[in-house]
Amino acid sequence: MQVRTIQYKEIVDQVASMCQEANFELGQDVVAAFQSALKTETSATGKDILEQLILNADIAKSERVPMCQDTGVSVFIVEVGQDCHIQGGSVYDAINEGVKKGYEEGYLRHSIVDHPITREKSKGYNTPSIIHIEMIPGDELVIHMSAKGGGSENMSALKMLKPSDGLEGIKSFILDTVAKAGPNACPPLVVGVGIGGNFERCAYLAKKSLFRHIGHRSELPEIAALENELMEKINQLGIGPQGMGGNTTALDVKIEIEPCHIAALPVAVNLNCHASRHKELRI
Amino acid sequence: MTARQITNPISEETLLELKAGDRVLLSGTIYTARDAAHKRMFEALQNGEQLPFDIAGQTIYYVGPTPAKPNQVIGSAGPTTSGRMDKYTPALLDKGLKGMVGKGYRSPEVIESMKKNKAVYFAAIGGSGALIARSIKSMEVIAYADLGPEAIHKLTVQNFPAVVIIDSEGNDWYQIGKQQFQEEGPV
Repeated sequence: MQVRTIQYKEIVDQVASMCQEANFELGQDVVAAFQSALKTETSATGKDILEQLILNADIAKSERVPMCQDTGVSVFIVEVGQDCHIQGGSVYDAINEGVKKGYEEGYLRHSIVDHPITREKSKGYNTPSIIHIEMIPGDELVIHMSAKGGGSENMSALKMLKPSDGLEGIKSFILDTVAKAGPNACPPLVVGVGIGGNFERCAYLAKKSLFRHIGHRSELPEIAALENELMEKINQLGIGPQGMGGNTTALDVKIEIEPCHIAALPVAVNLNCHASRHKELRI
Repeated sequence: MTARQITNPISEETLLELKAGDRVLLSGTIYTARDAAHKRMFEALQNGEQLPFDIAGQTIYYVGPTPAKPNQVIGSAGPTTSGRMDKYTPALLDKGLKGMVGKGYRSPEVIESMKKNKAVYFAAIGGSGALIARSIKSMEVIAYADLGPEAIHKLTVQNFPAVVIIDSEGNDWYQIGKQQFQEEGPV
């Protein structure tokens, strides 16, 4: 069996560059969602906000400055091909070194405290990052990165529902989470939902769903229909851009499901602000 | 809807005229402070010490900017979530703080204190830090330099766009704005 070798240094450099690109250049899917919302938004203030967000994305891209001062926690989902070998150090160290380099050289904000209680500032520039590893067949290394803002993360929620709460219970928990978040999570939002698995797994599924492009629907027809239905209901809440009223509260709703215990119905709702910064690279 | 030009510090007369939902452009001097600086100011007051600057009549902007590039006054500088400052805010309002700029809900305690002290809460557009930086003309660290992006900075702003969310009578634009567009009853 052939094993492919990937150099540690290559991961460092590519991750550094992807961190900067994520913060400077908003994905085309998000910009297109702003433009589409501008056509349907009926609030004058809401329209004005969407226009400013489009202008802000243009400035960030052309001047190579972060679109938002909260350059986030760097969250990675790394798919490691089982036939690839990383030479020179661990994949965790390579990614953290890349984040440190990318954030420091890109004038991105260092937003991590080492100790959650004493709030002591971390010594590594915006590290440690949060790194999830998934093993895949083949010899590729696929790195998905998100610069995840704190405001929307703070308004996210997880609930262990009872199986008898059913679909209605799931819907009302999601709507309730978005309603409570209101302006705090920086709407218009991308709403990521994980259903099933267990306590920690549903949170991971919710996060993972946010890495899907806006407009990309679940391959399961009943879940795609639920995504559409929730999108419509969320946009009827009236929260609007920045919570100042309007019918653009969500740019998209993403749902991932997994099998779970006979006694359980875990649901996690991970909110992403409109600065939905996601990048992907393959080595 | 045209935006009203406001000079900071804001005169008492202007403060009382501002109504929830008004769009404004702020010009003049404002100060930055977020979580860590608020905690220190609050503790200073509890210990009977002076605040590091005279906040009477002033406006605080809840922001932790990105580091400035060599050719910039300030890095990206949009608002952070105001609710995290709620615990410390009534004490500052009692000391004469008149304006706050951030984003997101305020607690009932803060709103009561704003009514009592006649203060105004503005929101800037969260996530538009690159655009907002253009309206910031100068920046100077005046206290708690060790806090880095969380230090207290004195800013000179020109035509800084914001919306009055809570006015000095306690009217809340987040509630009013939402009700206008709600298509179904509350969840």
